[in-house]
Order: sequence, then C-alpha cells, then structure tokens
Amino acid sequence: MPIDFLLNILVAGLLTGLVYGLMALGLSAIFGVMKVVNFAHGDMMVVAMYATYTLYTAAGLEPVAALPLVAAGLFVFGFALQRGLVNRFINATEHMQFLLLLGVAMVITNGTLMVFGPDARNVQLDYAFDSYNVGPLIVDKVRVIAAGVAGGTALLLAAFFRFTVTGKAIRACADNFTGAQVVGLHVNHLYAVTFGIGAACVGVAGTLLLLITDVHPHLSTDYTLLGFIIVILGGLGSLGGALLGGVLVGLSEALSGALIAPSLKSMFSFGLLILVLLLRPQGLLGKQA
Amino acid sequence: MILEVRNLDLYYGDAQALDDVSLDIAEREIVAIVGANGAGKTSLIRTIGGMCRPARGSIRYKGVDIAGQPSHKVCELGVAQVAEGRQIFPNMTVRENLEMGAVLKRARAGKRGTMEKVFAMLPRLRERADQAAGTLSGGEQQMLAIGRCLMGQPEMVMFDEPSLGLAPTIVQEVFRTIRDLHDAGITVVLVEQNVSASLKMADRAYVLENGRVVLTGTGAELLRDEGVRQAYLGL
Repeated sequence: MPIDFLLNILVAGLLTGLVYGLMALGLSAIFGVMKVVNFAHGDMMVVAMYATYTLYTAAGLEPVAALPLVAAGLFVFGFALQRGLVNRFINATEHMQFLLLLGVAMVITNGTLMVFGPDARNVQLDYAFDSYNVGPLIVDKVRVIAAGVAGGTALLLAAFFRFTVTGKAIRACADNFTGAQVVGLHVNHLYAVTFGIGAACVGVAGTLLLLITDVHPHLSTDYTLLGFIIVILGGLGSLGGALLGGVLVGLSEALSGALIAPSLKSMFSFGLLILVLLLRPQGLLGKQA
Repeated sequence: MILEVRNLDLYYGDAQALDDVSLDIAEREIVAIVGANGAGKTSLIRTIGGMCRPARGSIRYKGVDIAGQPSHKVCELGVAQVAEGRQIFPNMTVRENLEMGAVLKRARAGKRGTMEKVFAMLPRLRERADQAAGTLSGGEQQMLAIGRCLMGQPEMVMFDEPSLGLAPTIVQEVFRTIRDLHDAGITVVLVEQNVSASLKMADRAYVLENGRVVLTGTGAELLRDEGVRQAYLGL
C-alpha cells in the first residue's frame, strides 16, 4: 500500500473527526453540567443540517455564511427545550429523562420525514471538489473549512467556560449544585443556557457536516449513537476528551472504510468503544469515578 | 425585626421536618439555633434560604415575604448562608470560587473592592488564590466558604455547622471570624453542634426538637437551663 494513500486517508479522517468532536462536545457539555443524556442529540444535528440545506436552496445562503444563523436557531431551540420540557424532569429518574428525550427525538425524526421526505439531500457547492496539494497530500477544501471552523468553535467554547462569568457560573453548577444554590446562582437559567450551548455546538457541527456528506431523516439515530461512542471514548464530561474521541472515531472510520469496507466502519468505532470500556472505563481523558 | 418566621411547616414527602416554627431575628443580633441531629436546624436554614419550599407559614425579611422564593432571589435581598459541608466548588480556583459569590446583582459593581476586603480579612485565601479549592485543608475551605458568602455583600448570614470536622484551634479562628463579621454590622444566625460555644456567643437562642421550637431565651439563660445542660452539654 502506498504511504501517500494512507496519509491522505488519515488527514481526511482527522479533519472529519474534528467535526464529530464538536458534535460530541455539545453532548458532553449538557451531560457534564446537568447529568442529562441528550438522546435527541443526533436529531438536533439533522435539524441543523436541514436548516442549512433550506437556507441554501431557498435563500441561496452558503453553509458557512448560514453558520451563525443555524447556531443561534439551535441555541434558542435547546434553551426552550430545556426550559419548557427537560427542566421538569431534571430531578426525575434517568429512565423518565430517557423516555422524554427519546420522545422528542421521534417527533423530530418524523417531522423531518414529513417535511423533507426520506431521500438524501445535499448542497451543491461550486468549490465542493476543490482541493489543496500539500506535498504528497491532496486535502479537500470543504474538509479543511469544516475542521477549521469546528476547531475554532471548540476553542471559543473553552474560552467561554474559562473566562466569562456565565461560563464560570455554569462550571460552578456542574461542580457543586448545592454550592451554586447557596451563592444565589440562577441554576435553572444556567441549565437552559447550557442546553442551548450544547445545541448550538451540534448545530455548527451539522452545518459543517453537510459540506462533507448528505442528510436524510434517519441519520439522527446514527449520530446520537456516534455522539455516545465519542463521549464515552474521550471521557464523559471532559471537553478535551470529546474532541479527542471525535478525532479517533474519524480516523477509525476513514481507515476501516478505505482498508476494509466502508460498510464496516461503524463496527470499528464500536470496537474502539468496547476496548476503551474494558481497559479504561472512565474514558481516555475522563476522571476516575 | 429584620427576619420574622411565622408558623412554618416543611415536609419531605410524608415526613414533617419543621412543625409550626416561629422565630424572630433583630438587626445585628447573633441568634443561635441548637438541637440534636435531625431536629430541623438545617431544614430551617435551607427553607429561609430558598432551597426548600414550605407547606405553610411565612418568612418575612424586612417586611417582604420570601417563603417559597428561589434561592437566587433570596440571596439578592442580602440573605446569605454558609452551608453545612462548606459547599465550595472543588475544581475551581479559590479566586473563581470568590467570584461566584459576587454574581448577584447587588454585589457585581463592588466586586473588586469586596475581594480585596475578603483577602485582607482572610489572608490565607490570597496565598492560595490560584489553587483549586478542593486542595485546601478543611479549615481553609471553611474560610473560603465564609469569604465567598461575603462576596455577595450580605446583611444577614446563616452559618450551618461552621466548626464541623475542624481542629480546635481552627474552630476558634472560625468563631473569631464570625464575631468580627458581627462587629462589622452583619446579622448572624448560627447553627452549631458546639452548643456551649454558640450559646456563649449568642444574644439569643432557640432550641429545636423534632422540628418544633421548644425553648427560647438569651444565650446566658439557656446556658443555665437544666434541660439544655443535660441534653446538649452533658452536664
């Protein structure tokens, strides 16, 4: 096997993996702060993809230009979902939360099915097949854009949690719920903001992924599962872990797709998951429970 | 009276935690609340602080009924607590912990100045400002909890078991700090398992038993009371 070929596959996998990482970052942030597993995460992703598709076909807006709009829309959606529904179940048992979010997921999947039908859709960009030649590498332009924006968004998010008062207050809620109440933080509001941020992350990831791949309504379950794999690989609640997990899954998908068979790529992602669960159950960057 | 609690009932499910509790706290007083484990002391503080919703009764702070109001609204009025178990943010730095005490609107503007005052009063916190709070010793964590509470510029502070689990010399330091705060004009509510120390310090005290107020008087009166001496002081 030529080494150039392998390198190209690795780079493509790495770049796609960063977008996966951003998607998982949203899931991880929501879980890390309020211990709610967002079973509608993949559905939010698909909603973002269709929103991007619609903005492009109906309004001629390029996906990259539509990013802020989609992110803002998903933020509002996530915020409202938490405030209106999830918050009522915040102290309920896990299976009640699971059923609630599964219900939301089914409504979204079937909603997109009704509106857009079952066929795969994509955006036809004139730069879709442009690429950069770097030495022996041929790198797709769309992947570079997607990975760059995903990485940038992740950095922004890290800065938000580290430097802003709201970001620190959200970390405080995650760190000690009672403590947050004691100092008078508006915990419900901060939870809703966190859900909004998680949704915005997955929104950005969805828009970026539409640069690379098609969308159809039943992708949602795949992406929810993919999000879980990534987050568990990296360590639940660890933001760096989500990115690392995303990159690993991206690489594994690209390698198994090219070297063995594309239809087997999920098998290897799940294989990775099982390996990590056996050898390091808290995840690669997770803290010991 | 700065705080008037009337006929407060609180339930956890079917279990009654507070039963017809009434008490008054005057401005700049130190009021101790004593009682055995499970008597309802912490429940009372949590209810006043807005973390539990009472089934019946009223809690008036400066004439405003705050019963059932969420904690972020109660804190905004200047009612603060140093909770049982300190409840600091272990994975955040000492400085970030203090900042979280000043997210309240009432405290936001003067944040920098307040932090300087807190550092001046509790110099160990300045030394450890950029250290994760979880790495502090128990006594330091208690000082951090007190400092964080002061960041909110409170008028009344409810201390829940501030000396629990601390070495005797540090306990004295905690009590001295509470006294200093009182001298600086803060109204103090003190829940303590260290009954004799808290009664000596208190202007007045209430004894809780099974969620009810069974005795009240000045600190000195209760220290002389035969029942209190037998039940809580082992004399």
